[in-house]
Amino acid sequence: MALDGSLERLRREGRIVVVGASLAGLRAAETLREEGFTGTLTMIGDEPYEPYDRPPLSKQVLLGRVPADHTALPRRRAIEAQWRLGAAATGLDLSAKRVALADGTSVEYDRLLIATGVRSRPWPNELEAGLDGVFVLRTRDDATRLRHRLKAGPSRVLVIGAGFTGSEIASVCRERDLPVTVAERGPTPLSGALGSVIGDVAAQLHHQHGVDLRCGVMVTGLEGDGVGRLRRAHFSDGGTVDAEVAVVALGATRNTEWLAGSGLAAGPRGIACDAGCRAFDVRGIVADDVFVAGDVARSPHPLFGYRFLSLEHWGNAVAQAEVAAHNMICRGEERRPHLWTPYFWSAQFGVNIKSVGVPNMADQIIVSQGSLGEHRFTAAYGYQGRVIAAVTFDQAKWLEFYQRQIEQAAPFPPPFATVDRRTEGMRPVPAGFPDPSVPTHGPQVTVSGYSPTDQRVTFTPAGHGHHA
Amino acid sequence: MTSVALLGQILDYANRADPYPLYAELRRTPVVRDESGPYLVSTYWEIHSLLHDPRVSSDIRNLAPEAKTAPRTEDPDLPPSFIRLDPPDHDRLRRLIMRTYGPPHAPRRVYGLRGEISGIVSGLIDRFQGRDRIDLVDDFSYPFPVTVICRLLGVPQEDEQRFHGWADTVATAIEPAVGTPEEQQAHWQAIREAHHQLAEYLSGLIAQRRRAPREDMISALATDRGADESPMSLPEMLSNLTLLLIAGHETTVNLITNGMLTLLRHPDTLKQLRADPDLVIPLVEELLRFEPPVQLLPERTTLDDIEIAGTTIPQGASLWLVPASGNRDPRRFPEPDRFLPDRPDNQHFGFGSGIHNCIGSPLARLEAQAALAELVRRLDNPRLVEDPPPYRHNAVLRGPRHLPIAFDGLSR
Amino acid sequence: MRVVVDLNRCQGYAQCAFLAPDVFAMHGEEALLYDGEPDGTRRLDVLRAEAACPVKAITVEGAGAAWTAAGAGVSNGP
Repeated sequence: MALDGSLERLRREGRIVVVGASLAGLRAAETLREEGFTGTLTMIGDEPYEPYDRPPLSKQVLLGRVPADHTALPRRRAIEAQWRLGAAATGLDLSAKRVALADGTSVEYDRLLIATGVRSRPWPNELEAGLDGVFVLRTRDDATRLRHRLKAGPSRVLVIGAGFTGSEIASVCRERDLPVTVAERGPTPLSGALGSVIGDVAAQLHHQHGVDLRCGVMVTGLEGDGVGRLRRAHFSDGGTVDAEVAVVALGATRNTEWLAGSGLAAGPRGIACDAGCRAFDVRGIVADDVFVAGDVARSPHPLFGYRFLSLEHWGNAVAQAEVAAHNMICRGEERRPHLWTPYFWSAQFGVNIKSVGVPNMADQIIVSQGSLGEHRFTAAYGYQGRVIAAVTFDQAKWLEFYQRQIEQAAPFPPPFATVDRRTEGMRPVPAGFPDPSVPTHGPQVTVSGYSPTDQRVTFTPAGHGHHA
Repeated sequence: MTSVALLGQILDYANRADPYPLYAELRRTPVVRDESGPYLVSTYWEIHSLLHDPRVSSDIRNLAPEAKTAPRTEDPDLPPSFIRLDPPDHDRLRRLIMRTYGPPHAPRRVYGLRGEISGIVSGLIDRFQGRDRIDLVDDFSYPFPVTVICRLLGVPQEDEQRFHGWADTVATAIEPAVGTPEEQQAHWQAIREAHHQLAEYLSGLIAQRRRAPREDMISALATDRGADESPMSLPEMLSNLTLLLIAGHETTVNLITNGMLTLLRHPDTLKQLRADPDLVIPLVEELLRFEPPVQLLPERTTLDDIEIAGTTIPQGASLWLVPASGNRDPRRFPEPDRFLPDRPDNQHFGFGSGIHNCIGSPLARLEAQAALAELVRRLDNPRLVEDPPPYRHNAVLRGPRHLPIAFDGLSR
Repeated sequence: MRVVVDLNRCQGYAQCAFLAPDVFAMHGEEALLYDGEPDGTRRLDVLRAEAACPVKAITVEGAGAAWTAAGAGVSNGP
């Protein structure tokens, strides 16, 4: 392969900096080495730990089956990196090609990959958030603390938000035989991600397992006792519940504050990039040396009308990191687009929930196999007469078929006979997604505008968007 | 529409020792109608797609009348076993079996057999002492998995012999019937009688274990009350236990025999395995790709027209998938005709794929790994006496009928 | 030894839970829980699970087997 001189030099002795030492950052680093990058590789991470896997935290770790530090990610190959862990990136100077760190030092790059991910959206009232017993769950340390508290046997746990993480935490609490109340602003659990038809099934799972599920309410306040410990929560319907532990599961906010003023198109919805993972600057022009991958990225997807998708998905982080890394060190004509079909899973109340595609773009749903009532089914989502997504409850082996339906823009409702079609699978019904102007708790896919120059890609000053 | 005349050749005993050139010919048209009727699917991605396609049925009652050909191979007096059903009936029965056999309810049932498996392997090999030649099939590959399945299910050792007889006869139903009409009649009559005797025996065992349950799988099945659905009826138990029994008899024997045959044809790999016994772990996966015990999946059908690879398979058609051909598809596996014990990304069809994936696969893996590693360790200078060896008639469950092996001695 | 399972790929075939029940466990019919840093005594079980996974969703590092995707001792973490 003939490389021009500068690219060859970059591959041989260039400096690549990866900001974000989690799944996406690690897989990108491995890919860079795999593809022959022999220069200096610096991994910057705000947490003091080498890359670890997060999904187990709300499942086996919280259950007490596996210690929180048993989640370090295996390496697929040696990456020979310089690690700067425990030092968050605090600023980016695009013209000097330099990343500033919290410890006052800085690192220069020839190519930069931003994979800073997301963090839990905190409880908006700082005073209340500071009460002993109020938790979020995103990091290994969060999980260690929460697990310790659950082990102590609190009188009741309040979970605020019944998205995937909130539902998983509620499930763990019930398995630990702890009384638990779940407060959800939407009409059902998971309604933001999967709609209320499926959300009703999720609600049945909560009820069946003894969760005190309260939908259509907001938590309006957390009340402490005299010594700063959580005692009670107040709801928008006037009710209250006494709880020693509250877990705030209101979704995530993207770690982009450090990029404020950098000139990149970074904001509360993430960092906009093209399908090749190159970051857009605030003018809507792609940068050639700054790339984005993982939860923090927003990129246009050809399968979904070139809409910009932000995907907080494990598989997306891996796939996008691999594409970004490849594109960072190849010639322009060898660049690849990130065309990953969104895939997601959650395990709760002993049920494996998986989805493919973008359910919350859908207007209709049909239970194509199995039965909602039996909690084992496959449902397809439709948008303007096309299959746009599918979800399975304990029927993961069928999901690939529907992935192909999505990729082929197959007609909706599916016009063919299948095994295990029940009467409820004879006609589609409205999928029951909430009005997008009414935020629910933590949808895993957010769909935003059509182009990088729409109003959402605007210069956002520092201090933006904690409670977007 | 084009059609081929390859199924007859594949089923022809003359081609049993090496069907792979026929499969390569078949793959020239990934989905094609054989002139004898069935649609044949021979390429990896097309097989994969159909194994995960909810429009494909395993229930032959969905075949169009004109597509119905072969006689039923199961006991006509019992309900179909789970592999011949679609969801939700398939799922219910498989779940009920899993409750007694695998995770999450019985996660250590198979794992707990490891000690017994290695004991049986050692015992059988010990009996080679003082000989310089064995028939691997009769002396090892056949008795080994049969003993294991009896232990798993809980058939008392003193009944194992009787049990083998019935199972053997019943298993011949998979073979195409041969001979005069009278002989065929007698053949089916014998099978039916064996079915009845087996069912009667199993009913007795089930009743006995209901009264005095033990740690075995029949006890677990006989006493299980199900979770959120009705437990298995006695006829369901009989048909599914018969299936497990036959599967335990007729497939692992081929995996192990094909394994030794392949190793003896690849002396360098055999040497490598001797030096690194753990290599048997990926090696068995490669074997499942290279010489899968189940070569064809016949008797599936379509609930709707399916368009695939430029062909429309009409509703109700007889659909034959050829996983042994998919396993050699060069579009999926680089150098598909080479046996590479540590082949990366080996997502073979040795145990099928999708909801009907082989329920016995973890057991078969442990058995094959234990058997091959130990045979290779203990047989001194093993070599083939004839190549190819004589094969069994069956084209679906393909493997040698005998595998004579000469050797110089036996290590401890 | 380090293990991670790509649960997007995982379809609940449960081979790992059969072959390495001290490391992998089914939680219900299809969901999988596992220990990401199993004890070294489970090495062969983990290798069996990795090889048997029909969708190749399991990545193992440090199991000392040349054929696994991540061979022995490649970790150069901090």
